[in-house]
Amino acid sequence: MKIRVERDGLADAVAWVARSLPSRPPVPVLGGILLDASNSDALTISGFDYEVSATVGVAATVADGGRTLVSGRLLADITKALPAQPVEIMVDGARVSITCGSAKFSLPTMPVEDYPQLPAMPPHAGELPGEVFGLAVSQVAVAAGKDDTLPMLTGVRLEINGDKLTLVATDRFRLAMREFEWKPAPSMTETGEVAVLVPARTLAEAAKALGTAGKTVEIAHGDGLIGLSGSGRRTTSRLLDTEFPRYRQLLPSEQTAAAIIDVAPLVEAIKRVSLVAERGTQVRLEFSESGLKLSAGGDDEGSAEEELGVEYTGEPVTIAFNPTFLQEGLGALHADRAELSFTTPSRPALIKPVDDEGNVVPGYLHLLMPVRLPG
Amino acid sequence: MGRSGDLPRGLVDRYKARDGRWPDDTGCHVLHVDMDAFYASVEIRERPELRDRPVVVGGTGGRGVVSSANYLARTFGVRSAMPTAHARRLCPKAVFLPPTFSLYQDVSAGVMAIFRDVTPLVEPLSLDEAFLDVSGALRQLRLTSGQIAERIRARVAAEHGITCSVGIGSTKFVAKLASGLCKPDGMLVVPGDEVLAFLHPLPVSALWGVGKRTAERMAEVGLHRVGDVAATPLPRLRRTLGNAAAEHLHALANGHDDRTVEPESVDKSVGAEETFEVDRTDREGLRQELLHLSERTAAALRRRGLRGRTVSIKVRFGDFTTITRSRTLSVATDVTQEIYRTACRLLDEQTPPGPVRLIGVRVEQLGEDAAQQLFLDAPERGWRDADQAADQARAKFGGAAVRPASLLARNPDERTHYRQ
Repeated sequence: MKIRVERDGLADAVAWVARSLPSRPPVPVLGGILLDASNSDALTISGFDYEVSATVGVAATVADGGRTLVSGRLLADITKALPAQPVEIMVDGARVSITCGSAKFSLPTMPVEDYPQLPAMPPHAGELPGEVFGLAVSQVAVAAGKDDTLPMLTGVRLEINGDKLTLVATDRFRLAMREFEWKPAPSMTETGEVAVLVPARTLAEAAKALGTAGKTVEIAHGDGLIGLSGSGRRTTSRLLDTEFPRYRQLLPSEQTAAAIIDVAPLVEAIKRVSLVAERGTQVRLEFSESGLKLSAGGDDEGSAEEELGVEYTGEPVTIAFNPTFLQEGLGALHADRAELSFTTPSRPALIKPVDDEGNVVPGYLHLLMPVRLPG
Repeated sequence: MGRSGDLPRGLVDRYKARDGRWPDDTGCHVLHVDMDAFYASVEIRERPELRDRPVVVGGTGGRGVVSSANYLARTFGVRSAMPTAHARRLCPKAVFLPPTFSLYQDVSAGVMAIFRDVTPLVEPLSLDEAFLDVSGALRQLRLTSGQIAERIRARVAAEHGITCSVGIGSTKFVAKLASGLCKPDGMLVVPGDEVLAFLHPLPVSALWGVGKRTAERMAEVGLHRVGDVAATPLPRLRRTLGNAAAEHLHALANGHDDRTVEPESVDKSVGAEETFEVDRTDREGLRQELLHLSERTAAALRRRGLRGRTVSIKVRFGDFTTITRSRTLSVATDVTQEIYRTACRLLDEQTPPGPVRLIGVRVEQLGEDAAQQLFLDAPERGWRDADQAADQARAKFGGAAVRPASLLARNPDERTHYRQ
C-alpha cells in the first residue's frame, strides 16, 4: 500500500474513528484502526470493537492499493501533530511509514487477518436534518445514566412512530424527552411503532460528528443494530438489549404551580449559591408571588441566598434540587426562558422551553426529581 | 513500642505514686487511657471461671490471628497479631475464644461515655483506647490530672468489670508511652519538666513512627536510645532518615509533639473486610462475601446517619499484591443492595482473576443523610425501607435475626467460616 492524502482530512477522520475505540481493548487488534486503500481514489478509515463501528472515507491518491491495521491511539496522536502538508502512507513488510514534510514515523502493523469484519449497514429507516438530530440528541442524552450497573438507564430510547421520532433518556433522577418530525423510509410507515435503546454515549458522539447544519443524517435499523450516517461518515452500534422503564405513566399529569423565568440569570444564580453547597447537596428554591429565593448551604459550611424576579402562579412552595441536575436541565432547553411547574416538594417538577409570549414550546420536556428536605 | 524488657530499671517507678502521692502533674493535660487486654478481659468478665486461666481471643480458623490475650497467656509468649496456631503451640492450655465484636462495642461505648463525662475532648483511637484532653476539666472539677485518671480507672472497673491503664503527660506522645509502660492496671504521670529525663533512656523504637526496619537502620549509625536522637544534629539525622522522618523524630525526641486531642473526627470512610482461611478463586463465593460485607458497611453507615458517594473494593491476592477499585455514584447511598451491586461490578469488570486472600468493601465521600435525592420510579417502599426494617429487627433480636437469604447458610459469629 502506498498513498498520499491531505493532512487535515486525515487527522479529522482518524480522530473521529479513534474516539469510538475502546480505551482498554480486550485484544490488541480491537484497539487498531483499519486503513483500506482498495479503491483507486479513496482511503477508508475504520474502527470496530464488536459494539460500535465507525467508518469514514477521505480522498486519496492511491499509487498502490492494500490494507493495513495500526494502533488507533498512536495514529490519532501522530496525525493530529503532523504539519499541514500532504501525508504519504506506505506499507513495507510488517511496518507502515508515515511521512509528512520532514517528519517521518515508522509504526508496527497488526495482522489484518485477525481483524473482525465490520457489520453491514442495516436497512434504511429514515432521515432528518443534521442540526435537528444533533440538538435533539444533546437535549436528551444529558439525562441518561452514567452508572452502568443499571444498563437500561445508560441508553437513549428512540421511538419511531410514522413521521414522529421520540428520544427519551432517564437516570431515575431526571428524564428528558424530545419529540419531533422526520422523514421515515417508505418501509417504516407500515411497521407501526418501533422502539430501540441506543447506548447514550455512542449516540451523543455520533450526533456530534454527524449533526452538522445543512447535512442530512440517515438512520438505519435492524438486526440488533442501529446505523447512523451522514457527511461521509458511518457508524453502527449494537442496541442495548434491556427493558427501558415504562416512563409515560411516570410523567406528571397535572401541575398546581408554575413559574416563568429567564434561564441565564437563573443559571448564574444557581452557580453562585451552590458554591456553598458541598458536592452533591441541594439548592433550595422558594417560590412565591413576590419572586424566587434561591438558597444553599447551612450553618456549618456557610450559606448563600439570592432573589430573582419570576412570574409565578400557585401557592408558595419550597422545593430543592441537586444544583448540577437543575443546571443541566435548564441548559438542555436551549431556550432563553423556561417554565418550571410542579405540584408538591416531593413530586417531580417539569422544565419546558417558553417562547417570547410566555407560551410553552411543545416538543421538549425535562423532568427533575427533587431532593427531599429533612423535617 | 519497645518491650518493657528494653527499659532501664527504675525508670518507670520514678513516675508512679509513692506513699500515695503522685508526681507533680501540673501542665499534664493529656491522658491516654488504654483498656488492658480488652477483648480477653471482657470475655473473662462474662465467664468468671476463666479468671485464672490463660485466655486468647482471636480468629480460630487456620489463618486466624490473636486479637487479644490476657496477661497470664502473655507470660507464655502469646502476643496480639500472632497467628493463632502459633499461640496454641506456645500455650496449649489456653482457652481460645472467637471474638464477639458486638459485646466489645457495647463495653467500649460505655467506657467512652465515662470519658465524655469528664471532658468533651475525647479522641478514640480504637475500641479500647482514647486520648483525653482534661485541661478544661481541671479547672471545672478542681481536680488534678492524676485524680481525674484515678476516678476514671475506678469507674471503668466498677461499671464494666475490666481494668485500664492511664498515661498522663503534657503531650499525646508522652501520655501514650506512659500508659504502655504501666500496664496492666496501672497509672503513670510524667511531669512536664521531666519529659526529657523520661524519654531519653528509652529505646528508639519507643518513638512514634519507628518500626523494626527504621530501628535497625538507626542502630547502624549508633542511634540506640531516644537521647541519642535528641543529641544528633538535624542535618546528620536527615542523611540517615530522610527529611520528613528526621524532623519528626528529632522533634519527638526533644519532647515536642504539637498534635492536639481531636474529638471524634468525622469519618472519612466506612468499610469492612474479610481474610479467608484458604485463598478463594470462585467468583460466586466472592460475590457472596461482597454481599455480607456490603451489608455490614451499609448498616454501619445507617447507624451513624451517613451516606457515601464512592464505593470501593479492595482485593488482596494470594501473593499479597493488593488492588483497590472504586466507582462514584451519582447520588450518595446507604442501601445494602446499591453498595453490593456496585461492588460486584468492580469485581466482575476491574478485578483480574487469581486466588484471593482478602476482600473488602468501603464507602467514601461521606455526608449526613439529612436531605434525600428522590427517584423517579421509586416504589412506595424500596430497598432502603427493607434495610431499615432489618436494622430494627437486628437491634431487637440480635445480628442474626435478618440476613440475606443467600447468606443464611453462614454462622454469623464465626466470621471466617466457609464450606469449601
